[in-house]
Amino acid sequence: MKLTRNLAVAVIGAASFAVAGSAAAETELVVVSWGGAYSASQQNAYHAPYMKANPGIKIINDDSAPEAVAKLRAMNEVGKVTWDLVDAVASDAMRLCDEGLALPIDADKDLAPAPDGTPASKDFGDLLVSECFIPQIVYSTTFGYRTDKVKSKPTSVCDVFDLKKIPGKRSLEKKPINNFEWALLCDGVAPDKIYDVMGSDGGVDRALKKLGTIKDQVIWWTKGAQTPQLLADGEVVMGSTYNGRLFSLIEEEKQPVAMLWDWQVFDLDGWIIPKGTKNLEAVKKFVRYATDTQRLADQAKFISYGPARKSSAPMVSKHAKLGIDMKPHMPTDPNNAKNTLLFNYEFWADNQDDFTERFEAWLAKK
Amino acid sequence: MLVGPLFLFILFTFFIPIGDMLFRSVENSIVTDILPRSTKLLADWDSTTNELPSEAVFAAMVADIKEGRKARTITRVGQRLNYEAPGMSSLFRSSARKTKRMKEGPYKPALIKAHKRWGKVETWKVIKQFIPKYTAGYFLAAVDAKQELNGDIVRLGDEKRIYIDLFWRTLRLSLIITALTLILGFPIAYLMAILPTKSSNLLLIFVLLPFWTSLLVRTTAWIALLQQQGVINELLVFVGLVGTDNRPQMIHNEFGAIVAMTHILLPFMVLPLFSVMKTIPKSYVRAAVSLGAHPWAAFWKVYFPGTIPGIGAGAILVFILAIGYYITPELVGGTTGTFISNRIAHHISSSLNWGLAAALGVILLGIVVALYLLYDKIVGIDNMKLG
Amino acid sequence: MGKLPPYLSLPERLWHYGFRLLCGLIFFFLIFPLVVVIPLSFNAVPFFTFTKEMLALDPAGYSLKWYEDFFTNLNWQGAVQNSVIIAFFATLLSTTLGTLAALGLSRPTMPAKTLVMSILISPMIVPLIISAAGMFFFYSRVGLQGTHIGVILAHAALGTPFVVITVTATLVGFDNSLIRAAASLGASPTTTFFKVIVPLILPGVISGALFAFITSFDEVVVVLFVGSFKQRTIPWQMFSGIREQISPTILAVATILVIVSIALLVTVELLRRRGERLRGIQET
Repeated sequence: MKLTRNLAVAVIGAASFAVAGSAAAETELVVVSWGGAYSASQQNAYHAPYMKANPGIKIINDDSAPEAVAKLRAMNEVGKVTWDLVDAVASDAMRLCDEGLALPIDADKDLAPAPDGTPASKDFGDLLVSECFIPQIVYSTTFGYRTDKVKSKPTSVCDVFDLKKIPGKRSLEKKPINNFEWALLCDGVAPDKIYDVMGSDGGVDRALKKLGTIKDQVIWWTKGAQTPQLLADGEVVMGSTYNGRLFSLIEEEKQPVAMLWDWQVFDLDGWIIPKGTKNLEAVKKFVRYATDTQRLADQAKFISYGPARKSSAPMVSKHAKLGIDMKPHMPTDPNNAKNTLLFNYEFWADNQDDFTERFEAWLAKK
Repeated sequence: MLVGPLFLFILFTFFIPIGDMLFRSVENSIVTDILPRSTKLLADWDSTTNELPSEAVFAAMVADIKEGRKARTITRVGQRLNYEAPGMSSLFRSSARKTKRMKEGPYKPALIKAHKRWGKVETWKVIKQFIPKYTAGYFLAAVDAKQELNGDIVRLGDEKRIYIDLFWRTLRLSLIITALTLILGFPIAYLMAILPTKSSNLLLIFVLLPFWTSLLVRTTAWIALLQQQGVINELLVFVGLVGTDNRPQMIHNEFGAIVAMTHILLPFMVLPLFSVMKTIPKSYVRAAVSLGAHPWAAFWKVYFPGTIPGIGAGAILVFILAIGYYITPELVGGTTGTFISNRIAHHISSSLNWGLAAALGVILLGIVVALYLLYDKIVGIDNMKLG
Repeated sequence: MGKLPPYLSLPERLWHYGFRLLCGLIFFFLIFPLVVVIPLSFNAVPFFTFTKEMLALDPAGYSLKWYEDFFTNLNWQGAVQNSVIIAFFATLLSTTLGTLAALGLSRPTMPAKTLVMSILISPMIVPLIISAAGMFFFYSRVGLQGTHIGVILAHAALGTPFVVITVTATLVGFDNSLIRAAASLGASPTTTFFKVIVPLILPGVISGALFAFITSFDEVVVVLFVGSFKQRTIPWQMFSGIREQISPTILAVATILVIVSIALLVTVELLRRRGERLRGIQET
């Protein structure tokens, strides 16, 4: 069969061409992030200037961060890691580090010192919560609400559980994290006892029971951009999301939405370098650049998150396009941080698998 | 043999991967791989006495955990056992951090001090239960059951039962969708069959166009139609049927999934029905009527029986496709309109309980294969036609 | 259509028109969702709804910016490129293998025909999530996960049943004496293949290839698992877009895809007619 042979040759030739075509001469770095306004702020502050300065590097954004832990475990299990840098919250970074899926870094060797020469380990300070974690921002998870659709203005986070005061759908993250804290807080647990109660027998049941009171009014989100979209479309009257997303929605897109600063959960977000990356040298170079004092301060021009370096804080100035002062929009601003929950990374690193299992089972029930 | 190349191709790209995945539903070597020393000793431990294992077992466990921590594999055994007994993941995680400091025995009090669960016989029983290389645990979990530590197989408590309900829901929604496609598909197939070829070919385009259009386009269209600020809700508000503040929820629930999937699967019902109806001579009904039968009776007694092979083919095809659907329920089903496939995907990419995903997959595949054989009996695979 | 026999009674007339109205509504249900995305894709605001300006046909309510976004956004352009590359090679592979297999299956001497046929067709029947999961694990282990070749192989496997079915259908009623006749007239097997068999099965091959193409082009579950970001296709991009942030760019893409499917549909229809003419089958 001459035809078959010719076809086979054509197929193999063409297929290898297709593959060669996709792996061009330049180095491609796949950077995993959270999508929407957050990816855009990184693109503006880090990726675009870096690519301009280094023509041989192409940075590709993959918005898979919400599934990053699961996907990294899967990649590791099957032995093929296709990512070079992964955005992760602190507790996930700790888990990935424990599991050997993230590479440890040496802050003083791998990260740039502050302009005044302070070594990176001092400049980041306590925020280096794990030996694999490269902190970028301080953010908080809080609630936004439609000013034109709520029956009365929410004043406390517990209004989320009050269907009489605020009827209508609300969106919550499809994770036990944060929701359990709020549920227990609003069930009468003292703020400093929340993790004790959650870790005790019956603690999870108590949190789930409280969440159960609003279960049929909740739309569960998995990606940070969903709540802003749901609020803009009027699908929900209020919803939890990261404060920077709400900032974009309110200040940039001018939607009739306001922010509730009450018992928001403080957390850290940063990068980890996945074990098995093919471009370790290139990615380390990029990380060194992207986490220097200027770059971290630059990101705050595009989204209202606090930079993780002490030396970046004084450089936070005005929004790049709107020209408004960013400081009052930072989660760290004293006016916004009257009562905040201090997130217990270690507790969640230890318990996340257990609690997620129970949360998912609860969710799947009617 | 001209069939050979394709046969081998399908074997390697399709059958072996699926078989390989399904094998995960019983495979269970992780516990002995990561805890080799302690599981060896535990095998001889008599769990019926309700006494904790000996110091030697504790010492072996500490050694296993230390090594697992160094190799960074210890959390995996915790994850595995956590599927069976919640709490095992945090037990291994937090113990791993603390065993670092355990330099010498006695290890029993040290380990119990590190985490109180080590002092409970149940913890050790769970580990012992999962020493064998093969397990029925995933299949039991897939039907909402578990094996008690004493070996009895029991149903889970009511609040933990998920999968049986989900299988029923999948079957129920698939049946509803099949019925709806039949109710909607039968009249138009009949109309196309009785019209002259020219007009019926024109109408056929209306069926084929959605058939050829991307599944995601059609799902997107339904989102645009059904959402709160969507076309249908706006229309309802505009004509004053509902107030703007109490728009009905038509998407992210069962209703949305049923409507969108009925639309998407309707061509799969119409096409086989039409191809069967085309072959039934119109003259039969006319003859019956001219012999004095009421037109309805003529239709029921003469025409309808001829369409049954088409109904059977269409119904089974739609049902098979519906039961395995993933994309549309994922996008428009919310929490009440999800199918078993969504749960399988969840266990593959989020919870990483691959054994359970495989077990659920085996059951789903079993149902589909049974229906496939039925289809073969009714229609014959050779007679499958497209478009 | 409008002419009714004069002897029909009133109920019969009512039934006649009522039935056509019902069918009209069902056809409307089939087509309306596809039609509705087209005007919405020209929306000036980022929502999925008709604005007042649009209903008043005010040009300010319309905009081409979502099309502009589609044609300038690198994510979408990469997706288009990947979709075309993957669908093209998957089609080539499944058409070649599927056609050969169909020729083999149609030989009268073929043993266990039904069994082989049902095995070859199974990729069409097995729920996609199961195929996708299996391929994900296995392809990862052999290094094909996250490569173009992996996705191409997976899509080719999914596309072959369509080729087998359509080509087999054109071979129904194929007169094997034609081959003997060609041979007895001195034609070599190669000549016979190209001069006798190919022209006869060509319509089936092409429409099978179109099915295989659309299978790959439209497929999302397998590519989500077997592919990675570098293999993102149009459906991949649409799926993650819908899950995350619905912008009318998705509707613009949908409109373009509807137009593509109309073009494909016309092609298939023309081929079918040609095929029937060639085989001398009369329309009944």
